[in-house]
Amino acid sequence: MLYIKCPYCGLRAQKEFSYGGDATVKRPNINEEVSNEDWDNFVYMRKSPRGKHIELWQHIAGCRQWIKVQRDTATHEIFQTAKVTEEIR
Amino acid sequence: MQKYSVFSLIKNAFSNHQNWKVAWKDPTPKSEYDVVIIGGGGHGLATAYYLAKEHNIRNVAIIEKGWIGGGNVGRNTTIIRSNFMYDANARFNEFGMDLWRNLSQELNFNVMFSPRGIINLAHSDAQMNAYARRGNSMRLNGIDAKLLDRDEVKKLIPMADFSDEVRFPIFGGLMQPSAGTARHDAVAWGYARQADDMGVDIIQHCEVTGFDVVNGKIKGIRTSRGDIKAKKVGLCVAGSTNILAEKLNMTLPIETHVLQACVSEPVKPLLDGVVTFGAGHFYISQSDKGEMVMGGDLDGYNSYAQRGNLPTIQHVLTGGLALFPFLSRLKMLRTWGGIMDMSMDGSPIIDKTHIEGLYLNCGWCYGGFKSTPVSGWTFAHTIAQDQVHELNSELRLNRFSTGHLLDEKGLGTKTWIG
Repeated sequence: MLYIKCPYCGLRAQKEFSYGGDATVKRPNINEEVSNEDWDNFVYMRKSPRGKHIELWQHIAGCRQWIKVQRDTATHEIFQTAKVTEEIR
Repeated sequence: MQKYSVFSLIKNAFSNHQNWKVAWKDPTPKSEYDVVIIGGGGHGLATAYYLAKEHNIRNVAIIEKGWIGGGNVGRNTTIIRSNFMYDANARFNEFGMDLWRNLSQELNFNVMFSPRGIINLAHSDAQMNAYARRGNSMRLNGIDAKLLDRDEVKKLIPMADFSDEVRFPIFGGLMQPSAGTARHDAVAWGYARQADDMGVDIIQHCEVTGFDVVNGKIKGIRTSRGDIKAKKVGLCVAGSTNILAEKLNMTLPIETHVLQACVSEPVKPLLDGVVTFGAGHFYISQSDKGEMVMGGDLDGYNSYAQRGNLPTIQHVLTGGLALFPFLSRLKMLRTWGGIMDMSMDGSPIIDKTHIEGLYLNCGWCYGGFKSTPVSGWTFAHTIAQDQVHELNSELRLNRFSTGHLLDEKGLGTKTWIG
C-alpha cells in the first residue's frame, strides 16, 4: 500500500486517491495557433521515465483536491507532495 | 539439432537423462550483425525465428538484459484469443491463431496450446447487444463466435453465481470456442531453441546502454558487453520501451504501468476455458496443474517495479468473488507483477521509425502473449522488407497524429477515466 501525504489532510492510504498521470504535461495555449504536433504531444506523447516522476493524484475519497506527488516509478518511494498550484523541485 | 519425440525420451531414459544436449548456446557477442533484436522475450525470440525461417536472415543477435523468458512472457496469464471487433485487430490476431494451431509441430516443442474457449460474460441487455455486434464482426472476419444465453452459460460454468441476489446477474455471454491457453515458458523456449539452431545468437545478461545513430541512420548499439555494429535494429522490449526511447531522444505514445496477476492453490478440474467478468475487470482460467489463474486491472500509476500493491489485488478479487463465490475458500498461492507498455489507444505498434534501420514493436498493453507468433511474424517482415506487412499496416506509430486510432475497447493508459 502506498501512503500519500495530502497537503490538505495529511498522510492517507492510496485507496483514498485516484491517479491523474504526468503532471509536467502542459496544455497548449488555446488562444494561439496550435499545431497538430503540439496537440499530439499534449494528448498522447509521454516520457514515462524510470525513476523520479511528478504526477497528479486526486484525493477523491477525502478533500477531493488535486495534488502533485513526486514518486519513484521503480521503487514506488514518495519523496514530496504539494498543492497542484505549487512547484515541485 | 536433437529432435524431441517419444523415442528420444525413451532413449535418454536409459542414460538417466544425463545426455540431453543444451537447447540453445551461450555465445559471445560478435562485433557485427545484419539484425540485432533488443529484448529476449516471446516477441523478440519469435521475431528472430521468423527472420531466419521466412526471410533467410540468419546473422541475427538477440540482446537480453536478464534471461530469456524472464519478463512478461513468463508473467502473463497465458490467454490466447482473437475476439476483436475492429478489422485490423481481428485479421492480425486470427492470423496469429493459425500460427498457434501449428506451433507445437513447427517448433518441435510442446507449447500445450489448449483451445478450450473464452467466454466474455454480459450483465445487461445493452452488453448483450454490444456482444452480438462484436460477434457478428468477428464472424465476418472468419473468427468463430457464439452468443450464449443465460442457460447456455449456466451449462458451461455452473459454479458461477446464478442466484437471484446478485448485483450483476449473468444475462449471457460471447464465446470464442477456438480461443484458449498455452504454456508460456514453452513458447519462449521453443522459439529460442529453433532460432539458435538456425544461427541466431541469443545473448543474455547484456544490457543496451546506447545507440549509434549517424545522419539519421542506425549503425549499431552500445552494450554492457561492448559495441555491436548492426545494419538493422528492432526494439522488442515491452515495458522498457520508454527507457530505450529516451536514449534515442524519442517520445512515444506509451506509458509503463504495472499489471498484477495471481494464482490460487491447485484444485481438481473445475473450469474448462477462460471466463471474463463483464461488470468489473476480472478474468480467470485454470492451469493444467489445477491452479486458478486470475488477473484484472492495472495498479493504475506509472511503474517499472514488476510488483504491485495489495489494494489492486483485493479490488480485482472482489469482482472475482462476485462472479465465483467458491473462490473465497481457496488459498492464494502467489501474486506477481509485470510491466506493461500501455499504448494510448490500447492497440500495439509494429512499425518503422524516423531513424533508418530502427524498427519498433511495442504497445501491447494487457495482451501481448496471445500475439507472440503474429507479432514476431509481422515484425520480421517489417524488418526484412523495410516495409510494413498488410497485417500490421494499421498498427503504425503515426496513427496517433493522423487520428486513425484503434481504440478497440477504449482501453489505454488512462484507466482512471474509465
